[in-house]
Amino acid sequence: MRRIGTLSAWAVLAVALVLTLFPFYWMVRTALTPAADLYADSGALFPSHPTMVNFLRILGLTTQEETRAAGGSGARIDFARYLLNSVVYSGLIATLQTFFCAMAGYAFARLRFPGRQFVFGVVIAALMVPPIFTLLPNFVLVKNLDLINTFLGMVAPTILMTPFAVFFLRQFFLSLPRDVEEAARLDGNGPWGVFWRVSLPMSRGPLITIGLTTTVWAWKDYLWPLLVGREEQTRVLTVALGVFLQQSPNTRPDWTGLMAGSTLSVLPVLLLLIFLGRRLVQSLNFSGIK
Amino acid sequence: MRTMRAEGRSQVAEQVAEPSDAGASRRRRARPRDDRRAAWLFLIPVLAGFAIFYGYPAVRGFWYSLTDYNLLSPPAYVGADNYAKLAQDPQFWHALLVTVYYVVINIVSQMLFALLLAALMHRLTRSVALRAMLLLPWLVPNVTVALLWIWLLDADLGFVNHLLKALDLGTVGFFASPDWAMPTIGMVNTWAYTGYTALLLYAGMLQIPPHLYESAAIDGAGEVRMFRSITLPMLRPVLALVLVVSLIGSFQIFDTVAVAAAGRGAGSAIRVIYYFIYQQAFQYFHMGYASAAALVLALVLGVLTVVQMLLLRASRSDLA
Repeated sequence: MRRIGTLSAWAVLAVALVLTLFPFYWMVRTALTPAADLYADSGALFPSHPTMVNFLRILGLTTQEETRAAGGSGARIDFARYLLNSVVYSGLIATLQTFFCAMAGYAFARLRFPGRQFVFGVVIAALMVPPIFTLLPNFVLVKNLDLINTFLGMVAPTILMTPFAVFFLRQFFLSLPRDVEEAARLDGNGPWGVFWRVSLPMSRGPLITIGLTTTVWAWKDYLWPLLVGREEQTRVLTVALGVFLQQSPNTRPDWTGLMAGSTLSVLPVLLLLIFLGRRLVQSLNFSGIK
Repeated sequence: MRTMRAEGRSQVAEQVAEPSDAGASRRRRARPRDDRRAAWLFLIPVLAGFAIFYGYPAVRGFWYSLTDYNLLSPPAYVGADNYAKLAQDPQFWHALLVTVYYVVINIVSQMLFALLLAALMHRLTRSVALRAMLLLPWLVPNVTVALLWIWLLDADLGFVNHLLKALDLGTVGFFASPDWAMPTIGMVNTWAYTGYTALLLYAGMLQIPPHLYESAAIDGAGEVRMFRSITLPMLRPVLALVLVVSLIGSFQIFDTVAVAAAGRGAGSAIRVIYYFIYQQAFQYFHMGYASAAALVLALVLGVLTVVQMLLLRASRSDLA
């Protein structure tokens, strides 16, 4: 009786896992299918004639005739560029935001200055402002500064800070032992020296955690890049996929190409999961409800 | 991330509630020191970011909501006109209604599935690999999630409709039909966020003392009984918090709707409040009107945040 219960519990978990992963399998399966087989293979678990041509054509590695023959519309798409743009966008935001927020978090946790609690309270109050409320004025600001379709305009609102990262890192610095820092001070280090040579190296874990979540957030970001970086030179993957869907004919969407593009947007986070999965999973405990 | 941010809000509540943190007493013992010059240098980037992209736009947003502004000519003050117009705009109310419809479908299904998954994992396994795999949909852009499911649910060639046909159930135009589109989007996002929510609940369950289950097992209690009498009551504070955090996120649904609207278009049936604001601002260039709608939404989310903080305080006293 108990055995049956355990077995059926495992069965439910297995079903959940299949439901979670199958759409990704179907995405890759479709991306490897020649457009000519889309209809014939639409119920097949494996492509009858597997091909890499869909990846090659959305990366701009085929000639126009080859692209047309493979089911593309012939419209210019260059996913190599969008992939690079996405990497630059999330990489820039994750590294610089984490660094700046670490500086501020350290100052709020360790340095003594008048008004510390007050300034911290004001910065943290920004957590209460939902993104949509600042989105419209920020767009107007970036537009008035003539930064539409520039990387600077795209990263500007998030590269300097998010209130959450400041809060999170301050909490961490508060928990660090003081003795090491005091010793470094007595050795003649100024505040910057202590921060750079002692506190930062001791904070690798939390820095990676916040950097990772920021990377994922920026990788998924859609609305802001859609408003500010629609043009080729700044178009990120999410925006490019939306444009691709819009451009492909409504009656016969270019699904093999779209799924190849989707696969490109999944691959980097899959790598992240494979190499840093343990940390990602544990960060949910760490930053979670405690 | 949406959830992490919202959690940040709740942790802030703790901080604000206890201004005398442990460091304060230790600090007084050390030699008095004033780092003010260094401190302001450390703070320059963050304070600049805060002032330019949080403080200033918050004020501007409120000002725009009192104006008629089309991005080309300067904003013209119109008082509370935008709010009066909103109150009488059936499209605005419809958008709110559609959003609530989506939130109910999404949150109810997501919480139930996540709770089931978390409970099963909690009692069966500590596997990191399993948790990592369940997290994958959350790591993928919502745009990609929408594309995957628009394709899987395609009326002619979609895999799911092949299954339905094989079972003789007839095909469904999931994204195209006005009746099906919103529930479909709700369930698609349930797929995307269930694993993540389950991991949060699972983390909460790990804090329940294991000996409770051991003694219950000795008393002959079955798993279902243990779930009802131990897991659920002990998890209640965490559950409430995760629920409100998910609610706040769910209200801000945009990406999936935008992609679905661009692709298969079920029209106003899926025009949620975020999309309404987006259209008013960037398709019709009614910046003032859109700002007013954004402020209303901000108020709704603000109320939810306050509820969240009250819950957090309640949960703290509970777990003490």
